[in-house]
Amino acid sequence: MTDGNILSLITFLPLVGALAILVTRGDEATVARNARYVALWTTSITFIVSLYIWWKFDPTTSDFQFVQQSAWLGGAINYHMGVDGISMLFVILTTFLMPACILASWTSIEKRVKEYMIAFLVLETLMIGVFCALDLVLFYIFFEGGLIPMFLIIGVWGGARRIYASFKFFLYTFAGSVLMLLAIMAMYWEAGTTSIPVLLDHDFPVNMQTWLWLAFFASFAVKMPMWPVHTWLPDAHVEAPTAGSVILAGILLKMGGYGFLRFSLPMFPVASADLAWLVFGLSVIAIVYASLVALVQEDMKKLIAYSSVAHMGFVTMGIFAANTQGVQGGIFQMLSHGWISGALFLCVGVVYDRMHTREIAAYGGLVNRMPLYAVAFLILTMANVGLPGTSGFIGEFLTIVGTFQVSTWVAAIAATGVILASGYALLLYRRIVFGALEKDTLKSILDLNRREMITLGPLVAATIFFGVYPAPIMEVTAVSVDNLISNYNAAIEAHRVAGDTGFIGEVASLFAGN
Amino acid sequence: MYSAIVFLPLVGFLIAGIFGRWIGVRASTLVTSGLLVVSAVLSVAALISVGLQGETERVQVLTWIDSGTFEADWRLRIDTLTAVMLVVVTSVSALVHIYSIGYMSHDPHQPRFFAYLSLFTFAMLMLVTADNFVQLFFGWEGVGLASYLLIGFWYKRPSANAAAIKAFVVNRVGDFGLILGIATLFFTIGSVEFDTVFAAIPELADRTFHFLGYDVPVVTTACLLLFMGAMGKSAQFLLHTWLPDAMEGPTPVSALIHAATMVTAGVFLLARLSPIFEFSPFALTVVTVIGAITAFFAATVGLVQNDIKRVIAYSTCSQLGFMFVAIGVGAYEIAMFHLFTHAFFKALLFLGSGSVIHAMSDEQDMRRMGGLYKMIPVTWIMMVIGTLALTGFPFTAGYFSKDAIIEAAFAGHNAAHMFAFTLTVTAALFTSFYSWRLIFMTFHGTSRASNEVLSHVHESPLVMLVPLVILAVGALGAGMVFAPLFIGGAHEAFWLEAIFRGSENHIMHAFHDVPAWVPYAPTLMMIVGFATAWLFYIARPDIPKQLAKTHEPIYKFLLNKWYFDELYDFLFVRPAFWLGRVFWKQGDGRIIDGLGPDGIAARVQDITRQVVRLQTGYLYHYAFAMLLGVAGLVTWFMVGGA
Repeated sequence: MTDGNILSLITFLPLVGALAILVTRGDEATVARNARYVALWTTSITFIVSLYIWWKFDPTTSDFQFVQQSAWLGGAINYHMGVDGISMLFVILTTFLMPACILASWTSIEKRVKEYMIAFLVLETLMIGVFCALDLVLFYIFFEGGLIPMFLIIGVWGGARRIYASFKFFLYTFAGSVLMLLAIMAMYWEAGTTSIPVLLDHDFPVNMQTWLWLAFFASFAVKMPMWPVHTWLPDAHVEAPTAGSVILAGILLKMGGYGFLRFSLPMFPVASADLAWLVFGLSVIAIVYASLVALVQEDMKKLIAYSSVAHMGFVTMGIFAANTQGVQGGIFQMLSHGWISGALFLCVGVVYDRMHTREIAAYGGLVNRMPLYAVAFLILTMANVGLPGTSGFIGEFLTIVGTFQVSTWVAAIAATGVILASGYALLLYRRIVFGALEKDTLKSILDLNRREMITLGPLVAATIFFGVYPAPIMEVTAVSVDNLISNYNAAIEAHRVAGDTGFIGEVASLFAGN
Repeated sequence: MYSAIVFLPLVGFLIAGIFGRWIGVRASTLVTSGLLVVSAVLSVAALISVGLQGETERVQVLTWIDSGTFEADWRLRIDTLTAVMLVVVTSVSALVHIYSIGYMSHDPHQPRFFAYLSLFTFAMLMLVTADNFVQLFFGWEGVGLASYLLIGFWYKRPSANAAAIKAFVVNRVGDFGLILGIATLFFTIGSVEFDTVFAAIPELADRTFHFLGYDVPVVTTACLLLFMGAMGKSAQFLLHTWLPDAMEGPTPVSALIHAATMVTAGVFLLARLSPIFEFSPFALTVVTVIGAITAFFAATVGLVQNDIKRVIAYSTCSQLGFMFVAIGVGAYEIAMFHLFTHAFFKALLFLGSGSVIHAMSDEQDMRRMGGLYKMIPVTWIMMVIGTLALTGFPFTAGYFSKDAIIEAAFAGHNAAHMFAFTLTVTAALFTSFYSWRLIFMTFHGTSRASNEVLSHVHESPLVMLVPLVILAVGALGAGMVFAPLFIGGAHEAFWLEAIFRGSENHIMHAFHDVPAWVPYAPTLMMIVGFATAWLFYIARPDIPKQLAKTHEPIYKFLLNKWYFDELYDFLFVRPAFWLGRVFWKQGDGRIIDGLGPDGIAARVQDITRQVVRLQTGYLYHYAFAMLLGVAGLVTWFMVGGA
């Protein structure tokens, strides 16, 4: 094994597992059991192997590392993989969450276990591919390919309205992506290549930047999801099985933010600067609007889904603040939200597996019989509120500080989210965990079992560890982010010297009267 | 040593919290209490070494957030200000731990309770030892979390849960200001380290920056935003509503968190930030006015409350107002001195009232007490000592600290200071009245309790009484012993650089030179208050009822705490839920989904349904359509070709 193909190894290991499951034969119970174990082993090994790239990662350079390149599809399009400080940790996040997903599905999935595990392993390959791909077309394939297993997971193993939810999810994300595909073609014609490192250095004409930016924005905004294209998320979450929700909230939502950092900001800096107001506007609307909506939810998963929308608002706001604190805060917020929201959905799954309802009103007083669960849920609730000492605080705080330097209004409105978050999160906790245990159905409910502890434990540990000591993450991202921002600022500066204004700039100057 | 002071409570929390189930109740309580006692002893040593010998000490613990120029480490900073707080926090916390061994002895969740207490102490210590704004914010939120958990400790009570959430959310409103204040300082100065910020402030004194569309002075804006945080934590007027409700928690919690330590964090914050506030006279004026209003407002509400703990809670609120008045007139030392003495006598009052409640089988309503002094004499004496100290009886703690505040307010001479002087003197009168009212209603007169309850009345065990006696010694003697150091001739040598004062600020000398009648004013008020209370509740118990009847609107207004809860419910809580519901059902449901995916899907279905209707399956329909087409085509060619 050389460092040259380690990324391919991580990416395609899950696919190997999927193949192994595919060829198992026998009676249903045996196949199901084998499928579970194969999936668990595969994802665990993938996680351990992926730690190798964190260990070997050189945080002093912003170059792509572990690069592998070979000709593919006639030479124009290459198989090109590599990670830098921005993408590397997302790979780790993916491999970190996957074993938890498999464990969470251990007993709750009873039908078509084999197919379910295959879908998850294929999904893992595609998700890791998204973060490793250094070729636009390759990226697009991974990015879109991920839709298919997720569509199936919601549509086949989901709840009552799973068909509606899965189609809504698919069509929303797909509609956005079509525009991105057009933009990718346009970029190829303009620059003559689809290689991301080359495109990062390419100077796109200002007018074109605006259109390309908008096309990419359509895709990423849906994925994020930003207001007002967020309504697929609550539906998808509610209907998806627990593990599906974990992946959806933990990884798929991060692809939008990753896309902004990989494409929008560095490739179309002028457009990003011109259109930052749009992102800021949508971000703060998302924060306030989604927080208020979360306040009145009656379904646990919907509440957490809306809180995700609000938290992603902090991410987009921070990214387009385009300074160190904003962007690093955004990355940190994405990673930390990955395990916090994942763990919160696991917590919902724990009680759903026992009671088969997600309705908040059906619970109350769980602390009386489930003290361990109450502790884990409390830590995660506090992380969701953004309490210092948990990882939820650092991203939120840095994005506010970063944005404050660009616009005090945006930062001030976003900071109201801090108040609202405490409202909805604590209300949820109170209604589920506190109070007397009065409902007869809950009288015999059991605390976390060993499997659930193993599932939740690492996520809770990560929440506290990185809240107290975020340095491992900050160090890895620092140089790449600095490089991103200095290039961004240089491009804006060059553009200002050249004096050409983009499409939006012209419109703006029309309104300004000159 | 400093690390030990701060981290021993954390160790206690982890032991009791994680292993409490296995090591049992006795071990959990002893471990947490024992560690706290060690921490308290070390704190006294710290005060002696730092306060009496100078030198600010720093202990680096760990890097924390490092993002570009934004650097915030876990680091302990110990100067006189910190050392004073260390002593207050650890000593009161240790006493409360010990007291709780007795008070909570019947509770099934003792390990959890002691774990929370230790967690609180740890967070509070992180707050007072912070060397930068972010660690301060960690402690700030940590005590908020512990307060939330302890208020809601009896989680089966809906009222306790509601109070816990209210406390947390109202504090978060304050935090909103605190976060933006920190962001302002980072934006203008580029650092969140205290020393760097303090050093840069003088140059910023006249600078403005663009904030929310206006050009505003940097220092004043930062000060006001930070003060908003302090208002939340210290339950100042407008953000005070959570404190009375917080009495839902067990009484030792009220003593530790909601009297002696956490609620004084706002005062500590402003004293710590004296190098910033000294450059904004406007912000200081705001602090004075808010403090004075709080002192007055809370005292008026305290006059008519019937719950023994709520009376003391409003008293706390009022005394915090006094402290902010002192800050506002620039007398940070006096504020800290009052914080210091207040911690002793207010913890004493709370723990004493806990002893009463314990004796009365959890009864808190003073209307069902009375005549208890013979049955629980030690508690009675302790409560009287606390009351003497609170009302400022000569040579007790309050006499030195509270009266100094009133004198300092008078010495200020501008309009806001005179306003504060008037209100604080009035508040002193009210304080004396409601404090003695509490004593008379609880311990004197005829008993109004049921025989059932009376038969169980008993003096508390030693483990509860000893902390009371220690606090009583503090309440009696702390003023006399420490006045020279804190506010007297030695104050400069004591505080050193821990507190900054501008060149114009001479309040620490001026307050000694007020006219001769001023120091007598609060003492006079104390006597009048005592006399009135005696008249109302001992000599002529019918007067208060008559007054309540004849002045019903005022009585109702005070009894309902100026209707703040109702007002906020109407202004903020209901609209938030209403907006949430509108955004959800109308915004997401009808508009976004209605016009977006569902709408498009419905339109597509409509169109296909129409198209489907064209396909009738009858041959002659198709033939007719074809004929029409051919005719049209022929016409087109004929006309177009011509």
